[in-house]
Amino acid sequence: MHRSDPHAIDGKLPAPSARYDVVVIGAGPSGLAAAIEAAKAGKSVLLADEHPVPGAAMGNDVPLFFGGRMTTATLNAERMIETIFISEPALEVAMLAGVEVQLGTAAWAVYRNGPALASLPERVVGLADASRAWLVGFDELVIATGARDLAIGFPGWNQPGVMGAAALTMLLSRYQAFAGKRVLFIGSHDLALETALLAHEKGVDVAGIVEVRDAPQGSAELVQSIHAARIPIHTGDVVARADGGIDGVEHAVLRSGLEIACDTICLAIGVVPSIELLDAMGGKRTLDPMRGGFIPADEPAIRFVGDCAGLPDTGFDHVAYRMEWAQAFGAVSAPDTIVCQCEEVTRADLIGVQPPNYLPRPDAMCARSLETLLHDGPANPDQIKRLTRAGMGVCQGRRCRDQVAMMLALEAGKPFGTIPLATHRAPVRPIPLNILADWEEGDDMRAGWDVWFGIPTQWIPYRDIGTPREQQHQDAIGGNMSL
Amino acid sequence: MKVVVVGGGVTGLSSAWWLARSGAQVTVLDKFIVGWEASGRNGGGASHYQSPLFEEEQRLWPQMDALLGYPTEHSKERIVIAVTEKQLRQYHYIAQMNNDMGYRVDLLDAKQSQAAVPLAGENCLGGMHYRFGGHANPQRTTQAYAWALQDLGGKIVQHSPVSGFETSGGKVVAVESASGRHECDALVVAAGPQTGMLMAKLGVDVPLASARAEMIVTEPAPMMPLGGVDGNGLYGRQTLRGNLAYGGGPHEWIEVGEGGPTARPTSPLTRNLARRLAELFPKAAHLNVIRSWAGVIENTPDGRPVIDRMSDPENVVVATMSGVGFGLSPASGHAVRDLVIEGHCTFTDIAKLSLSRFEGIGADWREARGWLPIT
Repeated sequence: MHRSDPHAIDGKLPAPSARYDVVVIGAGPSGLAAAIEAAKAGKSVLLADEHPVPGAAMGNDVPLFFGGRMTTATLNAERMIETIFISEPALEVAMLAGVEVQLGTAAWAVYRNGPALASLPERVVGLADASRAWLVGFDELVIATGARDLAIGFPGWNQPGVMGAAALTMLLSRYQAFAGKRVLFIGSHDLALETALLAHEKGVDVAGIVEVRDAPQGSAELVQSIHAARIPIHTGDVVARADGGIDGVEHAVLRSGLEIACDTICLAIGVVPSIELLDAMGGKRTLDPMRGGFIPADEPAIRFVGDCAGLPDTGFDHVAYRMEWAQAFGAVSAPDTIVCQCEEVTRADLIGVQPPNYLPRPDAMCARSLETLLHDGPANPDQIKRLTRAGMGVCQGRRCRDQVAMMLALEAGKPFGTIPLATHRAPVRPIPLNILADWEEGDDMRAGWDVWFGIPTQWIPYRDIGTPREQQHQDAIGGNMSL
Repeated sequence: MKVVVVGGGVTGLSSAWWLARSGAQVTVLDKFIVGWEASGRNGGGASHYQSPLFEEEQRLWPQMDALLGYPTEHSKERIVIAVTEKQLRQYHYIAQMNNDMGYRVDLLDAKQSQAAVPLAGENCLGGMHYRFGGHANPQRTTQAYAWALQDLGGKIVQHSPVSGFETSGGKVVAVESASGRHECDALVVAAGPQTGMLMAKLGVDVPLASARAEMIVTEPAPMMPLGGVDGNGLYGRQTLRGNLAYGGGPHEWIEVGEGGPTARPTSPLTRNLARRLAELFPKAAHLNVIRSWAGVIENTPDGRPVIDRMSDPENVVVATMSGVGFGLSPASGHAVRDLVIEGHCTFTDIAKLSLSRFEGIGADWREARGWLPIT
């Protein structure tokens, strides 16, 4: 006799509340182009972009490394939407072409049936704005989430004013809300030079560029423009520390001893493709050092476009370049230099695989380290993250995941990429409980809800098994130890 | 005595640690990394009054940090609060059931509950306070067993799935694995979902079905005086960092092959968990959810553990905790140790956890319960 398990998930997950032929995530140039093209082909198209992101999220460096250098104008969402429309004329083109544009709307998960999951009625993408979350169905999903900042820590990087190049570009060009006055750039490849020139154009004082290698790394043309703008490039040097006060960075001290006054230090060593959605759904990724790191593989009905699919290959090995920076920063760092800002994990604690400081560290614990853990087998960042808590905070590891992977590779003496990157998890953006919540869930979800498996015999006290009391307990508590 | 333990989850590692404490030469084989499956990713609860191992569990937990030499984040006691009348009625029954067994549970009215649980809201109707039990950090504790075992000279071989057993004279004499052949005088199989498949190689039927269950976690909330708060259909805890880590709700039955789970995806159930957690803790409803995760759990047909020593091959002990393994682990390891070394459990009667209760269970027992994957 076959019967169904009332507490199993079968049939309980809801159908999406909206459906489009094409859903595009990310309204950068690639996302906009894909949306406009699909709309012109007569498809129903939704284009969602998380900008403007809520002020609280920006304060936690979500999704870019804003470093607290946004003006208070970013707290006014309506004004920011206006500013974004003004700064990106293609948004209006898309709307005229029939694309439904939803700004301030983040994609936090993609769900589709696969190994160990067969309960979804169909593929969906989870969206959320400032007031609600919902699921959207699609025939095709185009992920155009761009690239995000690669942060690598150095002494003093954990204070306001240290930020990323993608965040600075966003604040300068889309939000027009950069609060800094004088910026020092770290890195001299195209990203750094382009961002420095953008800042210069926008009237920001560029204090200089610091390059770990012996020569500027960007294209000759860009280097030429930097020289023309009279921006000094300090080669063969690194920022050894950032000093500052209550408002953050006030100056940087280089390894050579040079002190440079600035209120902002822009980490422009690199950006990494934003693969969080792919990663959280268990999609395939491969390491391509020439294209910025881990890049996603398309799958049926889901494709990646623009920088999130991989940076343009210009023959530059981004990973080798980052590793050189990571090594140089490691050399100027102290044991107490912070790696994970959210959880305040230091370099020493990460490499020592030590627990957070609210836990005791008995002798046996102190004797453990990455080195002893490596005796048990290859390092796994997810294991190390759960032990040290590095990457477990509210920024969801965006500030430290990549540098932890680099540090582990350096410490283990292995090439980057042989040690996997810690996984991303849905929701890939921090979303408040009351917004993420399904307040309209179905009756069957409600009726079938159980704490654990709902097995009637599981919670019967041992002494009562096989006695008349067993049935009495089953009738009273059902299959739950507590509802 | 050489013992091989198959499975580096919390039950296998605790068993190995107990055996090493008694002087056995122990080798733990794991297909991947210790605590990688359900042992390292569960609710961390340690209050399982239904189990014959409960009193031993309660005796041991407060000592575990000292015994292991590593922090487990163990914290004492639990509170369960209701936001519906139905929940409240059920909690009152459970409180009475426990008090009848001599395990003290105090009833809380709405005001007392709200005072004891600062994140609770006006919707809280009352609750109960377990003056026993508690919670700990699953990953940290599992790792602590592993490290403590190593400190006693035990060996852990990761990335070493087991492919077969060598028997001779009614005993298992060696285990074949990716890391080679490991000789043994006794064998413990505590391999979670793979336990049934491994035992089948020895001609022993252990009926198990596996399912996927999900949890969510928020950013840190202000610390509550007691972090082990359940209710509204959820289990979980406030971690010592302040995060609210909670699970519950429907599970999905899946097939697991010899290699173990191939994926542990979460689903939009995340939203239903978020809703119940926002209802349980209205004063935390503004907090961000920052992660979700899923684990794969095996269940026996009656949802109760199997901890048993086989008669043929006679040097094999099997242990599956049927989805409730973490909290009981200090005691389950002790019981396994006893079965291996003494031949019987020395500290309590576990006869009702023997495998023989499933003798003659039909081949269609999963169908009969609806415990089948969605096709």
